[in-house]
Amino acid sequence: MALLEVENLHAGYGRIEALHGISVTIEERALSALVGANGAGKTTLLRAISGLRPATRGTIRFADRDITRLQPSARVRLGIAQVPEGRQVFPGLSVEDNLAMGGYTRNFRDVAEGRERAFALFPMLKERRASAAGTLSGGQQQMLAIARALMSKPRLLLLDEPSMGLSPLLVAEVFRVIADLKASGVTIFLVEQNAQAALRIADRAYVIETGRTVLEGSGGALMADERVKSAYLGL
Amino acid sequence: MAEFLQILASGLTVGAIYALIGLGFSMIYNTSEVINFAQGEFVMIGGMVTVTLYAGGQIPLAVAALAAIGITALVGIAVERLAIEPAPQNNLTTLIIITLGVSITIRGLAEVVLGKNFYHLPAFSGDTPFDLAGAEVTPQAFWVIGSLIAVMLALAWFFNRTRLGKAMLATSQNRMAAELMGINVKMILRLSFALSALLGAIAGVLTAPITMTKYDVGVMLGLKGFCAAVIGGLGTATGALFGGLLLGVSEALAAGYISSSYKDAVAFIILLGVLFFLPEGLFGRARGERV
Ligand SMILES: Nc1ncnc2c1ncn2[C@@H]1O[C@H](COP(=O)(O)OP(=O)(O)O)[C@@H](O)[C@H]1O
Ligand SMILES: [Mg+2]
Repeated sequence: MALLEVENLHAGYGRIEALHGISVTIEERALSALVGANGAGKTTLLRAISGLRPATRGTIRFADRDITRLQPSARVRLGIAQVPEGRQVFPGLSVEDNLAMGGYTRNFRDVAEGRERAFALFPMLKERRASAAGTLSGGQQQMLAIARALMSKPRLLLLDEPSMGLSPLLVAEVFRVIADLKASGVTIFLVEQNAQAALRIADRAYVIETGRTVLEGSGGALMADERVKSAYLGL
Repeated sequence: MAEFLQILASGLTVGAIYALIGLGFSMIYNTSEVINFAQGEFVMIGGMVTVTLYAGGQIPLAVAALAAIGITALVGIAVERLAIEPAPQNNLTTLIIITLGVSITIRGLAEVVLGKNFYHLPAFSGDTPFDLAGAEVTPQAFWVIGSLIAVMLALAWFFNRTRLGKAMLATSQNRMAAELMGINVKMILRLSFALSALLGAIAGVLTAPITMTKYDVGVMLGLKGFCAAVIGGLGTATGALFGGLLLGVSEALAAGYISSSYKDAVAFIILLGVLFFLPEGLFGRARGERV
């Protein structure tokens, strides 16, 4: 069953349109990947799904509900969480408070439970629980950003270039976490510059160019596609 | 020595008022990056509404003061909702000019409705001064400084212990990420205006028995509060606190030992000096850190 259906979506920044009619279908419990060059509109698409950028045309349906005009907070309550590009942790808040903010739409018991789950998933966060998030390393901040998004117990997790700027070791760690999350039943929409790694674990994948979908298929099919190979896999 | 203590006491009292006003500037600046030049009008409304409601003793002073503070907080929300929110959010200069317009409008309305007279409010606990090592300190001075301490403690509790306070901090550190957490950022902005107005009104009520109040007292007090916030470091509570106290004491020293006609110049001299050597203010963090 499709959890998220984006249809003919147009969105942008003021008079600049960045998405010119994108359609994406994300199946429940699947891992869908989105690949595209810098400036193609990947971040804008995730922002539109979370409600940070208004859709100027088209519809977004989540769990059979039209959410095109909903406030961001309402979308979080329905179960959409995002790990934004560049981590965007709250630098002056402690690790623990960052997690609490992730659970802002949840009650205190859920927050306490979520925090324990986050500490089990990333023991490093437990050690640094009282540190200001701004003092964490880039990799630690990425783990915190993922843990923070999970605090709202999302049905759909949007990940915007989670491996960006990380060392190869940490990239592997991030992809392991993503695979674990998928196995635990979370639906994932993964935006990646690391097309190879993303397509390998993706059930379904989309390639966008300048705000339009140009290719879609299973992860394996796109990996074998000549155009994808030359443009995104450097083969 | 007694003379010095006398000057210090009055400087700290005035400085505490500046600190309260400066805290209001910093709070709004933190959540919205707007420098709210209507902050002084909140001070005026707090004092003038208290005087009007009190009406020479028909309503208990405490009731009048609390009502005035509440009304001012509502005015703060209205300012955000009616003047800031509808404006284009991508141009800070426009927003700051709007606050100047709001300030002029509120002052004009106050002049029409409440008149141009000076008003006086009785001191909360009488006028018999205490003797502190030879310096005479009025009970109102204790009210002012005690209120500042209470406000600082309340703010520390709000920002460190409550979910709403932390959401406000989160919004000021990264508005987009705050939205992604499901924090209602618009509501947080309104709340920051309400709290700033509340702080301004408290300053206005506290100072009315000391300096008298009038429809245009907000101009100078707002400016001094702004200087206090910038000297200490705009956006930091410690900065507003120490910036205010430093400013108040410096003014009192200048008035006491040089001439009272230099009093107002002191604020601007310190401001320029601090900005020249420490552009972020005494307790300011580098701009980049705020994100
Ligand atoms: N804040 C912004 N204001 C104006 N234009 C923007 C903004 N952010 C992105 N854009 C433009 O929108 C287009 C898509 O950008 P983006 O969604 O960030 O691409 P990607 O994430 O695929 O690199 C680009 O042309 C970019 O220049
Ligand atoms: Mg991007």
